[in-house]
Amino acid sequence: MSLKKIHDNQPDKFEFTETNLDLADKILKKYPSDQKKSAVMPLLYLAQNQNENWIPLAAMKYIGKFLNMPYINVYEIATFYSMYNLAPVGKYFVQVCTTSPCALRGANKLVDICKEKISKNQNELSQNGLCSWTEVECLGACINAPMMQVNEEYYEDLDETNTTKILNSFLEDKPLKSGSYRNRKNSAPEKNQILINGNKNA
Amino acid sequence: MLKEENKIFKNLYNEYGWELENAVKRDDWLDTKKIIDKGRDWIINEIKTSELRGRGGAGFSTGLKWSFAPKKVGSRPHYLVINADESEPGTCKDRDILRFEPQKLIEGCLITSYAVNAKVCYVYIRGEYSNEGKRLQEAIDQAYSKNLIGKNASNTGWDLDIYIHYGAGAYICGEETALLESLEGNKGQPRLKPPFPALVGLYGCPTIVNNVETIAVVPTILRRGAKWFASMGRPKNTGTKIFCISGNVNTPCNVEEEMGIPLKELIEKHAGGVIGGWKNLQAVIPGGSSMPMVPKDICETLRMDFDSLVGVKSGLGTAGVVVINKDEDIIKCMARIARFYKHESCGQCTPCREGAGWMWRILERTAKGEATHKDIDLLSDVTKQIEGHTICAFGEGSAWPVQGLLRHFRKEIDKRCTADPIFKKKRKIPYLIDQHNLESKDA
Repeated sequence: MSLKKIHDNQPDKFEFTETNLDLADKILKKYPSDQKKSAVMPLLYLAQNQNENWIPLAAMKYIGKFLNMPYINVYEIATFYSMYNLAPVGKYFVQVCTTSPCALRGANKLVDICKEKISKNQNELSQNGLCSWTEVECLGACINAPMMQVNEEYYEDLDETNTTKILNSFLEDKPLKSGSYRNRKNSAPEKNQILINGNKNA
Repeated sequence: MLKEENKIFKNLYNEYGWELENAVKRDDWLDTKKIIDKGRDWIINEIKTSELRGRGGAGFSTGLKWSFAPKKVGSRPHYLVINADESEPGTCKDRDILRFEPQKLIEGCLITSYAVNAKVCYVYIRGEYSNEGKRLQEAIDQAYSKNLIGKNASNTGWDLDIYIHYGAGAYICGEETALLESLEGNKGQPRLKPPFPALVGLYGCPTIVNNVETIAVVPTILRRGAKWFASMGRPKNTGTKIFCISGNVNTPCNVEEEMGIPLKELIEKHAGGVIGGWKNLQAVIPGGSSMPMVPKDICETLRMDFDSLVGVKSGLGTAGVVVINKDEDIIKCMARIARFYKHESCGQCTPCREGAGWMWRILERTAKGEATHKDIDLLSDVTKQIEGHTICAFGEGSAWPVQGLLRHFRKEIDKRCTADPIFKKKRKIPYLIDQHNLESKDA
């Protein structure tokens, strides 16, 4: 269960754009016609994408009406799942995985760099308003630990130098490319790493 | 070591391309019609003979699960749901299947849907895997365009539609009934079983829920024969499995290997050995964080399959091998795992909701050397109160690893739990609340 608090400044109105209305109709076709409720999760994603990566209360009310379900049930879903942001996040939303496999390979150092570069506390905007960061649980890329997710992209096989570079690129609004930062082929073993690592943990 | 020709996932590292035309070169979609023409009973029997066990963690016989679905479609349609909500710490095998071998999964969906009478298949992908989901959607579109799925899929006369549904960051949705709840548009909280999903599942209809890897190996098993699959591995633990080796190893990797491979061989041959050498090994979590860790002396001879691991009071789970060497603080590691479970408990059953946080706080105290001797018994008691008293297996998943720690590293804990229970030092940390949430403003 994640602790969540809704944002203080809520917009009064929310409506899907034309394109999103089309997408919403397509989403509804995936589910049986008497099971519209199933579409609540994809529609919340749509609303989040449309509203700069966070969901205002007005959007939940709108989706409730759209799917003919009580508003409070939409609220229940939005607060239960951790990927719905109920308050503004940065244009570059950095999520650092700190669960055990990443922690064993030095994810805590990544957190320290985020604190230094972006903001002292989680879920706070950076000074220029472009970035925010948070710690998250396992992102399912344990082979490429330590790693972080920025918006939808995975940045893998990181170390302190790379992380600093990547975070700087976001703060300057010129994002670096995602993927492995050791030029590694996906999740294949890298035979030359034995020499590079030496006999020390990250 | 597994021979190259016996590998099922030849494109695990994307060396040959994931697109349909490349997948066809690796024999995907070869004679799918012939397989389906042999009929439902043949398919289910063949899977039963192959002794394929579910790759999602529980290791239940796949053929048997399929045979629980009603033989004839009644008033309610049947559904097939693919569990791609891969969130177990230490596991990232399904991600590579979704990215690089999507056609194996799609073909498996068609064969399985036919075998269990389903005409609609939902793939529930965790929300974080949005790029992987896009890749799968592309692969699905390619399959539709060649009429491999859709109306009269692959000329078999069977109709199949595959839809992707994204989760949104809840570990518990990997539990099959929680996944169904989530798919129906509810909070992901597990249902009481029975009734099992095979009879009452999605929208109250018969539903078969299977892991990505389980479904992705089905076409190859049927093409090359159940006997071929059963000839690998050990009795009742047959076939191959993707192992994910992470943590303190030199070259962490995903690798497909025979079931029952010795753990030492797996780590030394594929993952480049433990950092600091085998003698520096402290413990291994053999099957994702829900499985109790095994200490070094057991690791020497341990074989990686379902039954051998149960024999040492652990489990194969998802085969996410997390290696911990002696440079790490084992209690800190365990405290971090406990924090994961505290964060991910769905909050439905009191023992799990309260107990997970309780275990985390005690372990955190222990790691800092602020726990008393009484805390050890308390910790042990809390794990026993959770275990077996919850609706789903999350309770066991959170309690077993802690029990494993108590079983194998009692001496370490004894050394740490030396705080005097009478002398109350002023502690900075308010242990009754979740500290890391306090630090942030929005708690």
